[in-house]
Amino acid sequence: MRHEALVEVRTRAGIADPEGATIEAALPALGFTDVNGVRVGKAIRLSVEAPDEDSARRRIEELCSAMLANPVMEEVSVTFERSPAGAGGSR
Amino acid sequence: MTVRVAVVVFPGSNCEHDVVESVERLGGRAEVVFHTSAALSGFDAVVLPGGFAHGDYLRPGAIARFSPVMAAVGEFAAAGGPVVGICNGFQVLTEARLLPGALQKNAGLRFVCAPTALRVETSASVLTKGVEPGTVLELPINHFEGNYLADPDTLARLRDEDLVVLRYLDNPNGSADDIAGVRNPEGNVVGLMPHPERATDPLTGGTDGAVLLGALLAAATAGQPVRL
Repeated sequence: MRHEALVEVRTRAGIADPEGATIEAALPALGFTDVNGVRVGKAIRLSVEAPDEDSARRRIEELCSAMLANPVMEEVSVTFERSPAGAGGSR
Repeated sequence: MTVRVAVVVFPGSNCEHDVVESVERLGGRAEVVFHTSAALSGFDAVVLPGGFAHGDYLRPGAIARFSPVMAAVGEFAAAGGPVVGICNGFQVLTEARLLPGALQKNAGLRFVCAPTALRVETSASVLTKGVEPGTVLELPINHFEGNYLADPDTLARLRDEDLVVLRYLDNPNGSADDIAGVRNPEGNVVGLMPHPERATDPLTGGTDGAVLLGALLAAATAGQPVRL
């Protein structure tokens, strides 16, 4: 069964995110004084062949530690899209 | 005997010829080795040069780490052979987990290209063997992702075990603990953000890089694991 997933890779909490900070610093000039907490990450879409969503998630987590994220500075969340069991969601 | 240095080239590397030229100016023999090569036999030292390996896609070094040559670099390092990663090469070595920590975007999101003063912190590395700790060198830096970071335990270990090779005198990029270069515990694997190969000719900006690359050639005794 094919599982479509969205992997979000983001800077770990507590680690400076210069890109997010630079965007946030530009916001007041545009009148967005009510926006804060800007963090920039990456969104990666992929699909995995797996018997069920749990195995798909395990497989994606393996891929994340092997390549998609650097655990020294990044963390990930995985969301399934159009989950066949209707049990999607991030963890 | 002439020291043979392999200069590894990934698609997107761009400092390999500077490394070749500086190594040869210092009396070594340098050879460009493509990233698809799976063997590094016959070489006395390996340099991973600067550039944008595999376009820096995903993260600098993240794809390069899986190039066939990196398995050979890992074996070469495990056997005690000298391995030096400069700039993007340093990023590749951290991604390959041959060195601790990671290199993040510069604080202030600035690409920094400038001569930089650095202090040699230890002589227990292939790049600084015989160089007095405290020696100040001026070397160019040229990077966007040179902001060194590691978790607090790793930073404490780097300090306690003398694993920091170079520190910035005036931190240009937000690096934790002013770190510009680190080594592995054995001292045969070193990564640094500054470019010693761009400072080996008085015509093009000083010769302080020759101190480091000269030490590397001296430490790379033909065919023998490095003893520090």
